[in-house]
Amino acid sequence: MPPVEDLRYNPPSWSVILGLRAYEAMDMPDFGKAFEEVRRRLWNSLRDLFPIIAVVAFFQVVVFQQPLQNFGQILIGIVLVAVGLTLFVFGLEVGLFPLGEEMAYAFAKKSVLSWLVLFAFALGFGTTFAEPALIAVAGKAGELAAAEMDPLAQEEYQRDYSFALRATVATAVGSALVLGVFRILLGLPLHLIIVAGYILVMLLTPWAPPSIVAVAYDSGGVTTSTITVPLTTALGVGLASSIRGRSPLLDGFGLIALASLIPILFVLVFGIVWT
Amino acid sequence: MILLEQLFWTFLSTLRDVAPILLVIGFFQAVVLRQRISNWRQVAVGVGCVILGLTAFLVGLELALFPLGNAMAEQLADPRFVLGSDAENLMAAPTPWYRFYWTYIFAFAIGFSATIAEPALLAVAIKAHEVSGGTLKVWPLRAVVALGAGIGVTLGTFRIVTGIPLTYFIFAGYILIIIQTLFAPKQIVPLAYDSGGVTTSTITVPLVAAMGLGLATQIPGRSPLAEGFGMIALTVLFPMMTVMGYAQIAAWWQSRTRNKKAELDS
Repeated sequence: MPPVEDLRYNPPSWSVILGLRAYEAMDMPDFGKAFEEVRRRLWNSLRDLFPIIAVVAFFQVVVFQQPLQNFGQILIGIVLVAVGLTLFVFGLEVGLFPLGEEMAYAFAKKSVLSWLVLFAFALGFGTTFAEPALIAVAGKAGELAAAEMDPLAQEEYQRDYSFALRATVATAVGSALVLGVFRILLGLPLHLIIVAGYILVMLLTPWAPPSIVAVAYDSGGVTTSTITVPLTTALGVGLASSIRGRSPLLDGFGLIALASLIPILFVLVFGIVWT
Repeated sequence: MILLEQLFWTFLSTLRDVAPILLVIGFFQAVVLRQRISNWRQVAVGVGCVILGLTAFLVGLELALFPLGNAMAEQLADPRFVLGSDAENLMAAPTPWYRFYWTYIFAFAIGFSATIAEPALLAVAIKAHEVSGGTLKVWPLRAVVALGAGIGVTLGTFRIVTGIPLTYFIFAGYILIIIQTLFAPKQIVPLAYDSGGVTTSTITVPLVAAMGLGLATQIPGRSPLAEGFGMIALTVLFPMMTVMGYAQIAAWWQSRTRNKKAELDS
Protein backbone atom coordinates (compact mmCIF):
# COMPACT_ATOMS: atom_id res chain seq x y z
CA MET A 1 0.00 0.00 0.00
CA PRO A 2 1.15 3.60 -0.65
CA PRO A 3 2.79 5.63 2.13
CA VAL A 4 0.48 7.04 4.80
CA GLU A 5 0.29 10.47 6.35
CA ASP A 6 -2.42 12.10 8.38
CA LEU A 7 -3.89 15.17 6.68
CA ARG A 8 -7.38 14.77 8.07
CA TYR A 9 -9.53 17.67 9.05
CA ASN A 10 -10.02 17.71 12.80
CA PRO A 11 -13.54 18.77 13.73
CA PRO A 12 -14.31 20.41 17.07
CA SER A 13 -16.15 18.27 19.59
CA TRP A 14 -19.89 18.57 20.03
CA SER A 15 -19.72 20.38 23.32
CA VAL A 16 -17.34 22.95 21.81
CA ILE A 17 -19.66 23.50 18.84
CA LEU A 18 -22.51 24.20 21.23
CA GLY A 19 -20.37 26.37 23.47
CA LEU A 20 -20.93 24.13 26.47
CA ARG A 21 -17.19 23.69 26.88
CA ALA A 22 -15.73 26.59 24.98
CA TYR A 23 -12.58 27.13 27.06
CA GLU A 24 -10.76 24.89 29.47
CA ALA A 25 -10.57 27.71 32.00
CA MET A 26 -14.29 28.41 31.94
CA ASP A 27 -16.17 26.55 34.62
CA MET A 28 -19.65 27.74 33.64
CA PRO A 29 -21.08 26.38 30.38
CA ASP A 30 -22.05 29.15 27.99
CA PHE A 31 -25.77 28.52 27.60
CA GLY A 32 -26.22 31.76 25.68
CA LYS A 33 -23.89 30.58 22.95
CA ALA A 34 -25.51 27.14 22.92
CA PHE A 35 -28.93 28.71 22.49
CA GLU A 36 -27.64 30.94 19.69
CA GLU A 37 -26.07 27.95 17.90
CA VAL A 38 -29.20 25.81 18.15
CA ARG A 39 -31.30 28.71 16.86
CA ARG A 40 -28.92 29.24 13.92
CA ARG A 41 -28.99 25.55 12.97
CA LEU A 42 -32.78 25.29 13.22
CA TRP A 43 -33.10 28.38 11.07
CA ASN A 44 -30.80 26.83 8.42
CA SER A 45 -32.96 23.70 8.31
CA LEU A 46 -36.15 25.75 7.94
CA ARG A 47 -34.52 27.66 5.09
CA ASP A 48 -33.70 24.34 3.38
CA LEU A 49 -37.30 23.22 3.73
CA PHE A 50 -38.86 26.48 2.61
CA PRO A 51 -38.80 25.73 -1.18
CA ILE A 52 -40.66 22.44 -0.92
CA ILE A 53 -43.26 23.84 1.48
CA ALA A 54 -43.77 26.78 -0.87
CA VAL A 55 -44.16 24.52 -3.92
CA VAL A 56 -46.71 22.25 -2.28
CA ALA A 57 -48.67 25.17 -0.81
CA PHE A 58 -48.67 27.00 -4.15
CA PHE A 59 -50.03 24.03 -6.06
CA GLN A 60 -52.63 23.26 -3.43
CA VAL A 61 -53.99 26.79 -3.14
CA VAL A 62 -53.38 28.39 -6.55
CA VAL A 63 -53.46 25.51 -9.04
CA PHE A 64 -55.91 23.10 -7.43
CA GLN A 65 -57.75 25.87 -5.56
CA GLN A 66 -58.25 23.72 -2.52
CA PRO A 67 -57.73 24.81 1.07
CA LEU A 68 -54.88 23.36 3.09
CA GLN A 69 -56.54 20.76 5.27
CA ASN A 70 -55.23 19.40 8.56
CA PHE A 71 -53.27 22.55 9.15
CA GLY A 72 -52.22 21.46 12.66
CA GLN A 73 -50.90 18.15 11.42
CA ILE A 74 -48.90 19.84 8.66
CA LEU A 75 -47.44 22.29 11.16
CA ILE A 76 -46.35 19.48 13.50
CA GLY A 77 -44.86 17.69 10.50
CA ILE A 78 -42.84 20.74 9.43
CA VAL A 79 -41.52 21.20 12.97
CA LEU A 80 -40.52 17.53 13.13
CA VAL A 81 -38.81 17.68 9.72
CA ALA A 82 -36.86 20.81 10.72
CA VAL A 83 -35.80 19.39 14.09
CA GLY A 84 -34.90 16.08 12.44
CA LEU A 85 -32.78 17.70 9.74
CA THR A 86 -30.99 19.82 12.35
CA LEU A 87 -30.19 16.81 14.55
CA PHE A 88 -29.09 14.82 11.49
CA VAL A 89 -26.64 17.46 10.27
CA PHE A 90 -25.27 17.95 13.78
CA GLY A 91 -24.84 14.19 14.15
CA LEU A 92 -23.04 14.05 10.81
CA GLU A 93 -20.50 16.64 11.82
CA VAL A 94 -19.70 15.22 15.24
CA GLY A 95 -20.40 11.52 14.60
CA LEU A 96 -20.58 9.98 11.15
CA PHE A 97 -17.90 12.08 9.43
CA PRO A 98 -15.24 11.61 12.13
CA LEU A 99 -16.11 7.90 12.37
CA GLY A 100 -15.70 7.31 8.62
CA GLU A 101 -12.47 9.26 8.42
CA GLU A 102 -10.97 7.68 11.50
CA MET A 103 -11.67 4.20 10.18
CA ALA A 104 -10.20 5.11 6.79
CA TYR A 105 -7.04 6.36 8.50
CA ALA A 106 -6.79 3.31 10.74
CA PHE A 107 -7.05 0.99 7.74
CA ALA A 108 -4.47 2.98 5.78
CA LYS A 109 -2.09 2.89 8.75
CA LYS A 110 -2.55 -0.85 9.22
CA SER A 111 -1.69 -1.29 5.54
CA VAL A 112 -3.45 -4.62 5.23
CA LEU A 113 -5.15 -4.41 1.90
CA SER A 114 -7.29 -7.54 2.23
CA TRP A 115 -9.07 -6.22 5.35
CA LEU A 116 -9.75 -2.87 3.76
CA VAL A 117 -11.20 -4.60 0.70
CA LEU A 118 -13.37 -6.82 2.88
CA PHE A 119 -14.56 -3.82 4.90
CA ALA A 120 -15.51 -1.88 1.77
CA PHE A 121 -17.40 -4.85 0.38
CA ALA A 122 -19.21 -5.59 3.64
CA LEU A 123 -20.23 -1.95 4.04
CA GLY A 124 -21.58 -1.75 0.50
CA PHE A 125 -23.34 -5.09 0.57
CA GLY A 126 -24.74 -4.76 4.10
CA THR A 127 -26.20 -1.30 3.67
CA THR A 128 -27.69 -1.99 0.25
CA PHE A 129 -29.32 -5.35 0.84
CA ALA A 130 -31.51 -3.91 3.62
CA GLU A 131 -32.19 -0.60 1.84
CA PRO A 132 -36.01 0.04 1.88
CA ALA A 133 -35.99 1.89 -1.46
CA LEU A 134 -34.26 -1.06 -3.11
CA ILE A 135 -36.70 -3.57 -1.57
CA ALA A 136 -39.59 -1.53 -3.02
CA VAL A 137 -38.03 -1.33 -6.49
CA ALA A 138 -37.05 -5.01 -6.51
CA GLY A 139 -40.60 -5.97 -5.53
CA LYS A 140 -42.04 -3.95 -8.41
CA ALA A 141 -39.49 -5.42 -10.80
CA GLY A 142 -40.46 -8.93 -9.71
CA GLU A 143 -44.11 -8.11 -10.37
CA LEU A 144 -43.16 -6.86 -13.82
CA ALA A 145 -41.12 -9.95 -14.62
CA ALA A 146 -43.86 -12.32 -13.45
CA ALA A 147 -46.68 -10.40 -15.13
CA GLU A 148 -47.09 -12.77 -18.05
CA MET A 149 -46.82 -16.04 -16.17
CA ASP A 150 -49.67 -18.25 -15.09
CA PRO A 151 -50.98 -17.13 -11.69
CA LEU A 152 -50.02 -20.31 -9.84
CA ALA A 153 -46.30 -20.04 -10.45
CA GLN A 154 -46.33 -16.27 -10.30
CA GLU A 155 -45.89 -15.67 -6.60
CA GLU A 156 -42.89 -17.89 -6.10
CA TYR A 157 -41.21 -16.69 -9.26
CA GLN A 158 -41.75 -13.10 -8.19
CA ARG A 159 -40.25 -13.72 -4.76
CA ASP A 160 -37.20 -15.49 -6.18
CA TYR A 161 -36.71 -12.81 -8.79
CA SER A 162 -36.91 -9.93 -6.27
CA PHE A 163 -34.51 -11.65 -3.92
CA ALA A 164 -31.99 -12.41 -6.68
CA LEU A 165 -32.25 -8.84 -7.91
CA ARG A 166 -31.60 -7.45 -4.42
CA ALA A 167 -28.61 -9.74 -3.99
CA THR A 168 -27.28 -8.65 -7.39
CA VAL A 169 -27.57 -4.95 -6.58
CA ALA A 170 -26.02 -5.42 -3.13
CA THR A 171 -23.10 -7.36 -4.61
CA ALA A 172 -22.72 -4.61 -7.20
CA VAL A 173 -22.52 -1.88 -4.56
CA GLY A 174 -20.02 -3.93 -2.54
CA SER A 175 -17.88 -4.43 -5.65
CA ALA A 176 -18.22 -0.74 -6.52
CA LEU A 177 -16.81 0.31 -3.14
CA VAL A 178 -13.94 -2.18 -3.53
CA LEU A 179 -13.20 -0.80 -6.99
CA GLY A 180 -13.42 2.74 -5.60
CA VAL A 181 -11.00 1.95 -2.77
CA PHE A 182 -8.50 0.47 -5.25
CA ARG A 183 -8.88 3.56 -7.37
CA ILE A 184 -8.03 5.82 -4.43
CA LEU A 185 -5.03 3.69 -3.44
CA LEU A 186 -3.67 3.60 -7.00
CA GLY A 187 -4.64 7.20 -7.81
CA LEU A 188 -6.40 6.28 -11.05
CA PRO A 189 -8.51 9.03 -12.61
CA LEU A 190 -12.20 8.41 -11.90
CA HIS A 191 -13.45 9.61 -15.27
CA LEU A 192 -11.69 6.78 -17.11
CA ILE A 193 -13.60 4.17 -15.08
CA ILE A 194 -16.93 6.04 -15.39
CA VAL A 195 -16.62 6.59 -19.14
CA ALA A 196 -15.65 2.93 -19.64
CA GLY A 197 -18.69 1.99 -17.53
CA TYR A 198 -21.02 4.15 -19.62
CA ILE A 199 -19.74 2.61 -22.83
CA LEU A 200 -20.25 -0.88 -21.35
CA VAL A 201 -23.81 0.03 -20.31
CA MET A 202 -24.56 1.24 -23.83
CA LEU A 203 -23.10 -1.95 -25.33
CA LEU A 204 -24.99 -4.25 -22.95
CA THR A 205 -28.39 -2.54 -23.20
CA PRO A 206 -29.38 -3.99 -26.62
CA TRP A 207 -28.66 -7.51 -25.35
CA ALA A 208 -30.70 -7.25 -22.16
CA PRO A 209 -34.44 -8.08 -22.12
CA PRO A 210 -36.37 -4.81 -22.58
CA SER A 211 -38.28 -5.19 -19.32
CA ILE A 212 -35.11 -5.12 -17.22
CA VAL A 213 -33.46 -2.09 -18.86
CA ALA A 214 -35.44 0.61 -17.02
CA VAL A 215 -35.14 -1.37 -13.76
CA ALA A 216 -31.38 -1.52 -14.23
CA TYR A 217 -31.08 2.24 -14.83
CA ASP A 218 -33.18 2.99 -11.75
CA SER A 219 -31.31 0.55 -9.51
CA GLY A 220 -28.26 2.81 -9.57
CA GLY A 221 -30.18 5.64 -7.97
CA VAL A 222 -31.90 3.81 -5.15
CA THR A 223 -28.79 2.31 -3.60
CA THR A 224 -27.40 5.44 -2.02
CA SER A 225 -29.31 6.15 1.18
CA THR A 226 -29.12 9.03 3.59
CA ILE A 227 -26.80 7.24 6.02
CA THR A 228 -24.63 5.43 3.47
CA VAL A 229 -23.80 8.63 1.56
CA PRO A 230 -22.10 10.55 4.39
CA LEU A 231 -20.30 7.46 5.63
CA THR A 232 -18.86 6.47 2.24
CA THR A 233 -17.98 10.08 1.46
CA ALA A 234 -16.09 10.34 4.75
CA LEU A 235 -14.41 7.00 4.02
CA GLY A 236 -13.22 8.12 0.58
CA VAL A 237 -12.11 11.55 1.70
CA GLY A 238 -10.44 10.06 4.80
CA LEU A 239 -8.57 7.52 2.70
CA ALA A 240 -7.46 10.13 0.17
CA SER A 241 -6.24 12.44 2.94
CA SER A 242 -4.37 9.62 4.69
CA ILE A 243 -2.32 8.68 1.64
CA ARG A 244 0.53 10.86 0.53
CA GLY A 245 0.10 12.33 -2.93
CA ARG A 246 -3.68 11.96 -3.12
CA SER A 247 -5.97 14.97 -3.31
CA PRO A 248 -9.15 14.63 -1.25
CA LEU A 249 -11.14 16.53 -3.88
CA LEU A 250 -9.82 14.59 -6.90
CA ASP A 251 -9.46 11.16 -5.31
CA GLY A 252 -11.71 11.27 -2.25
CA PHE A 253 -14.99 11.71 -4.09
CA GLY A 254 -16.25 9.15 -6.55
CA LEU A 255 -17.30 6.21 -4.36
CA ILE A 256 -20.98 7.16 -4.68
CA ALA A 257 -20.61 7.63 -8.43
CA LEU A 258 -19.34 4.07 -8.72
CA ALA A 259 -22.04 2.81 -6.36
CA SER A 260 -24.64 4.26 -8.74
CA LEU A 261 -22.98 3.02 -11.96
CA ILE A 262 -21.86 -0.55 -11.22
CA PRO A 263 -25.37 -1.75 -10.20
CA ILE A 264 -26.64 -0.77 -13.69
CA LEU A 265 -24.05 -3.07 -15.26
CA PHE A 266 -24.70 -5.91 -12.82
CA VAL A 267 -28.49 -5.75 -13.25
CA LEU A 268 -28.18 -5.72 -17.06
CA VAL A 269 -25.99 -8.83 -16.87
CA PHE A 270 -28.47 -10.33 -14.37
CA GLY A 271 -31.26 -9.75 -16.90
CA ILE A 272 -29.28 -11.43 -19.67
CA VAL A 273 -28.33 -14.42 -17.52
CA TRP A 274 -31.74 -14.92 -15.85
CA THR A 275 -33.70 -15.43 -19.06
CA MET B 1 -50.70 9.49 21.05
CA ILE B 2 -50.78 8.33 17.42
CA LEU B 3 -47.85 10.65 16.80
CA LEU B 4 -45.83 9.01 19.57
CA GLU B 5 -46.66 5.59 18.22
CA GLN B 6 -45.59 6.61 14.73
CA LEU B 7 -42.36 8.07 16.08
CA PHE B 8 -41.65 4.84 17.91
CA TRP B 9 -42.21 2.57 14.89
CA THR B 10 -40.22 4.82 12.58
CA PHE B 11 -37.45 4.85 15.16
CA LEU B 12 -37.39 1.05 15.16
CA SER B 13 -37.27 0.86 11.37
CA THR B 14 -34.50 3.46 11.20
CA LEU B 15 -32.61 1.45 13.77
CA ARG B 16 -33.07 -1.64 11.61
CA ASP B 17 -31.69 0.23 8.58
CA VAL B 18 -28.66 1.41 10.52
CA ALA B 19 -28.04 -1.97 12.17
CA PRO B 20 -26.05 -3.54 9.29
CA ILE B 21 -23.77 -0.50 9.12
CA LEU B 22 -23.18 -0.52 12.87
CA LEU B 23 -22.55 -4.29 12.79
CA VAL B 24 -19.97 -4.00 10.02
CA ILE B 25 -18.22 -1.09 11.73
CA GLY B 26 -18.37 -2.78 15.13
CA PHE B 27 -16.94 -6.02 13.79
CA PHE B 28 -14.03 -4.35 12.04
CA GLN B 29 -13.29 -2.13 15.04
CA ALA B 30 -13.30 -5.04 17.45
CA VAL B 31 -11.69 -7.78 15.36
CA VAL B 32 -9.48 -6.10 12.79
CA LEU B 33 -8.47 -2.63 13.89
CA ARG B 34 -8.55 -3.52 17.59
CA GLN B 35 -8.41 0.01 18.85
CA ARG B 36 -10.96 2.24 20.43
CA ILE B 37 -12.26 5.14 18.34
CA SER B 38 -10.37 8.12 19.75
CA ASN B 39 -13.35 10.10 21.01
CA TRP B 40 -15.96 7.40 21.01
CA ARG B 41 -18.30 9.25 23.36
CA GLN B 42 -18.66 12.07 20.88
CA VAL B 43 -19.10 9.68 17.96
CA ALA B 44 -21.80 7.84 19.91
CA VAL B 45 -23.62 11.13 20.57
CA GLY B 46 -23.33 11.95 16.87
CA VAL B 47 -24.63 8.60 15.65
CA GLY B 48 -27.50 8.86 18.15
CA CYS B 49 -28.33 12.32 16.80
CA VAL B 50 -28.29 10.96 13.24
CA ILE B 51 -30.72 8.15 14.10
CA LEU B 52 -33.07 10.38 16.13
CA GLY B 53 -32.86 13.11 13.49
CA LEU B 54 -33.67 10.77 10.65
CA THR B 55 -36.62 9.39 12.63
CA ALA B 56 -38.12 12.82 13.25
CA PHE B 57 -37.43 13.77 9.64
CA LEU B 58 -39.25 10.74 8.24
CA VAL B 59 -42.26 11.08 10.56
CA GLY B 60 -42.48 14.78 9.72
CA LEU B 61 -42.40 14.05 5.98
CA GLU B 62 -45.13 11.48 6.45
CA LEU B 63 -47.28 14.03 8.32
CA ALA B 64 -46.69 17.18 6.32
CA LEU B 65 -45.42 16.42 2.86
CA PHE B 66 -45.98 12.97 1.41
CA PRO B 67 -49.81 12.78 1.58
CA LEU B 68 -50.21 16.12 -0.18
CA GLY B 69 -47.29 15.69 -2.58
CA ASN B 70 -48.32 12.20 -3.67
CA ALA B 71 -51.97 13.15 -4.09
CA MET B 72 -50.94 16.14 -6.21
CA ALA B 73 -48.62 14.08 -8.38
CA GLU B 74 -51.53 11.77 -9.18
CA GLN B 75 -54.11 14.52 -9.65
CA LEU B 76 -51.93 16.42 -12.12
CA ALA B 77 -52.04 13.53 -14.56
CA ASP B 78 -55.84 13.23 -14.44
CA PRO B 79 -57.30 13.97 -17.91
CA ARG B 80 -60.12 15.97 -16.33
CA PHE B 81 -57.56 18.31 -14.82
CA VAL B 82 -55.32 18.44 -17.89
CA LEU B 83 -58.08 19.05 -20.43
CA GLY B 84 -60.45 21.13 -18.33
CA SER B 85 -64.23 21.07 -18.66
CA ASP B 86 -64.43 19.67 -22.20
CA ALA B 87 -62.45 16.58 -21.22
CA GLU B 88 -65.22 14.24 -22.32
CA ASN B 89 -65.08 15.51 -25.89
CA LEU B 90 -61.32 15.57 -26.09
CA MET B 91 -60.77 12.15 -24.50
CA ALA B 92 -61.34 10.41 -27.84
CA ALA B 93 -58.16 11.78 -29.38
CA PRO B 94 -54.80 11.31 -27.64
CA THR B 95 -53.95 14.29 -25.45
CA PRO B 96 -51.18 16.39 -27.02
CA TRP B 97 -48.06 16.42 -24.85
CA TYR B 98 -48.02 20.19 -24.32
CA ARG B 99 -51.39 20.13 -22.55
CA PHE B 100 -49.57 18.62 -19.56
CA TYR B 101 -47.78 21.89 -18.82
CA TRP B 102 -48.88 21.94 -15.17
CA THR B 103 -47.38 18.47 -14.78
CA TYR B 104 -44.05 19.67 -16.17
CA ILE B 105 -44.04 22.76 -13.98
CA PHE B 106 -44.89 20.68 -10.93
CA ALA B 107 -42.25 18.07 -11.84
CA PHE B 108 -39.55 20.72 -12.11
CA ALA B 109 -40.61 22.54 -8.95
CA ILE B 110 -40.86 19.38 -6.84
CA GLY B 111 -37.61 17.94 -8.23
CA PHE B 112 -35.77 21.17 -7.46
CA SER B 113 -37.22 21.83 -4.01
CA ALA B 114 -37.04 18.22 -2.79
CA THR B 115 -33.37 18.06 -3.75
CA ILE B 116 -32.64 21.28 -1.83
CA ALA B 117 -34.05 19.59 1.29
CA GLU B 118 -32.26 16.26 0.69
CA PRO B 119 -30.02 15.49 3.71
CA ALA B 120 -27.60 13.27 1.74
CA LEU B 121 -26.86 16.09 -0.68
CA LEU B 122 -26.34 18.47 2.23
CA ALA B 123 -23.82 16.01 3.70
CA VAL B 124 -21.81 15.83 0.47
CA ALA B 125 -21.95 19.61 0.03
CA ILE B 126 -20.65 20.15 3.58
CA LYS B 127 -17.79 17.72 2.92
CA ALA B 128 -16.94 19.30 -0.44
CA HIS B 129 -16.87 22.73 1.21
CA GLU B 130 -14.55 21.46 3.93
CA VAL B 131 -12.24 19.57 1.55
CA SER B 132 -11.94 22.37 -1.00
CA GLY B 133 -10.81 24.77 1.71
CA GLY B 134 -13.98 26.83 1.31
CA THR B 135 -13.78 27.52 -2.43
CA LEU B 136 -16.77 25.26 -3.16
CA LYS B 137 -19.67 26.90 -1.39
CA VAL B 138 -22.47 24.76 0.03
CA TRP B 139 -25.39 26.73 -1.38
CA PRO B 140 -24.41 27.16 -5.06
CA LEU B 141 -23.51 23.48 -5.26
CA ARG B 142 -26.89 22.42 -3.87
CA ALA B 143 -28.75 24.84 -6.13
CA VAL B 144 -26.95 23.55 -9.22
CA VAL B 145 -27.59 19.91 -8.30
CA ALA B 146 -31.24 20.74 -7.60
CA LEU B 147 -31.53 22.41 -11.00
CA GLY B 148 -30.28 19.22 -12.61
CA ALA B 149 -32.70 17.09 -10.60
CA GLY B 150 -35.59 19.37 -11.63
CA ILE B 151 -34.67 18.98 -15.30
CA GLY B 152 -34.36 15.22 -14.88
CA VAL B 153 -37.78 14.80 -13.24
CA THR B 154 -39.40 17.04 -15.87
CA LEU B 155 -37.90 15.00 -18.72
CA GLY B 156 -39.05 11.85 -16.93
CA THR B 157 -42.68 13.05 -16.98
CA PHE B 158 -42.29 14.19 -20.60
CA ARG B 159 -41.03 10.74 -21.50
CA ILE B 160 -44.03 9.02 -19.92
CA VAL B 161 -46.45 11.43 -21.63
CA THR B 162 -44.91 11.00 -25.09
CA GLY B 163 -43.86 7.36 -24.75
CA ILE B 164 -40.34 7.96 -26.11
CA PRO B 165 -38.10 5.05 -25.04
CA LEU B 166 -35.99 5.69 -21.94
CA THR B 167 -32.84 4.40 -23.66
CA TYR B 168 -32.76 7.39 -26.03
CA PHE B 169 -32.59 9.81 -23.10
CA ILE B 170 -30.04 7.75 -21.19
CA PHE B 171 -27.72 7.26 -24.17
CA ALA B 172 -27.91 10.93 -25.14
CA GLY B 173 -27.19 11.84 -21.52
CA TYR B 174 -24.19 9.50 -21.31
CA ILE B 175 -22.69 10.90 -24.51
CA LEU B 176 -23.18 14.46 -23.29
CA ILE B 177 -21.55 13.60 -19.95
CA ILE B 178 -18.58 11.99 -21.70
CA ILE B 179 -18.09 15.09 -23.85
CA GLN B 180 -18.45 17.41 -20.85
CA THR B 181 -15.90 15.35 -18.90
CA LEU B 182 -13.30 16.14 -21.57
CA PHE B 183 -13.74 19.89 -21.13
CA ALA B 184 -14.74 20.36 -17.48
CA PRO B 185 -12.14 21.44 -14.89
CA LYS B 186 -10.53 18.25 -13.54
CA GLN B 187 -11.13 19.17 -9.89
CA ILE B 188 -14.91 19.11 -10.19
CA VAL B 189 -15.37 15.86 -12.14
CA PRO B 190 -15.47 13.35 -9.22
CA LEU B 191 -17.82 15.57 -7.23
CA ALA B 192 -20.06 16.03 -10.26
CA TYR B 193 -20.30 12.26 -10.75
CA ASP B 194 -21.14 11.81 -7.08
CA SER B 195 -23.85 14.43 -7.12
CA GLY B 196 -26.00 12.25 -9.35
CA GLY B 197 -26.38 9.36 -6.94
CA VAL B 198 -26.75 11.66 -3.96
CA THR B 199 -29.84 13.38 -5.32
CA THR B 200 -32.13 10.38 -5.07
CA SER B 201 -32.71 9.66 -1.40
CA THR B 202 -35.24 10.08 1.36
CA ILE B 203 -37.46 12.83 -0.05
CA THR B 204 -36.95 12.64 -3.78
CA VAL B 205 -37.47 8.92 -4.41
CA PRO B 206 -41.02 8.58 -2.95
CA LEU B 207 -42.27 11.80 -4.56
CA VAL B 208 -40.75 11.05 -7.96
CA ALA B 209 -41.97 7.45 -7.91
CA ALA B 210 -45.51 8.62 -7.06
CA MET B 211 -45.42 11.02 -9.97
CA GLY B 212 -44.25 8.37 -12.44
CA LEU B 213 -46.84 5.91 -11.21
CA GLY B 214 -49.66 8.49 -11.34
CA LEU B 215 -48.83 9.55 -14.88
CA ALA B 216 -48.40 6.02 -16.20
CA THR B 217 -51.74 4.98 -14.65
CA GLN B 218 -53.72 7.89 -16.09
CA ILE B 219 -52.37 8.08 -19.63
CA PRO B 220 -53.96 5.54 -21.97
CA GLY B 221 -51.59 2.99 -23.43
CA ARG B 222 -48.97 3.20 -20.66
CA SER B 223 -48.50 0.26 -18.33
CA PRO B 224 -47.88 1.60 -14.82
CA LEU B 225 -45.59 -1.31 -14.03
CA ALA B 226 -43.28 -0.90 -17.03
CA GLU B 227 -43.40 2.88 -17.48
CA GLY B 228 -43.13 3.70 -13.78
CA PHE B 229 -39.45 2.86 -13.96
CA GLY B 230 -36.96 5.33 -15.38
CA MET B 231 -37.82 8.48 -13.44
CA ILE B 232 -35.05 7.89 -10.92
CA ALA B 233 -32.51 7.11 -13.66
CA LEU B 234 -33.13 10.50 -15.27
CA THR B 235 -33.02 12.27 -11.91
CA VAL B 236 -29.56 10.77 -11.35
CA LEU B 237 -28.28 11.76 -14.78
CA PHE B 238 -28.87 15.48 -15.02
CA PRO B 239 -27.17 16.81 -11.86
CA MET B 240 -23.88 15.49 -13.26
CA MET B 241 -24.35 17.65 -16.34
CA THR B 242 -25.40 20.78 -14.46
CA VAL B 243 -22.52 20.53 -11.96
CA MET B 244 -19.94 20.12 -14.74
CA GLY B 245 -21.64 22.85 -16.73
CA TYR B 246 -21.57 25.17 -13.76
CA ALA B 247 -17.85 24.55 -13.27
CA GLN B 248 -17.22 25.15 -16.98
CA ILE B 249 -19.09 28.44 -16.92
CA ALA B 250 -17.31 29.51 -13.73
CA ALA B 251 -13.90 28.68 -15.24
CA TRP B 252 -14.78 30.49 -18.46
CA TRP B 253 -15.99 33.54 -16.53
CA GLN B 254 -12.82 33.61 -14.46
CA SER B 255 -10.52 33.44 -17.47
CA ARG B 256 -12.57 36.12 -19.21
CA THR B 257 -12.33 38.56 -16.33
CA ARG B 258 -8.64 37.76 -16.03
CA ASN B 259 -8.07 38.49 -19.72
CA LYS B 260 -9.97 41.75 -19.45
CA LYS B 261 -7.85 42.74 -16.49
CA ALA B 262 -4.68 41.89 -18.41
CA GLU B 263 -5.90 43.99 -21.32
CA LEU B 264 -6.57 46.94 -19.05
CA ASP B 265 -3.18 46.62 -17.39
CA SER B 266 -1.21 46.53 -20.65
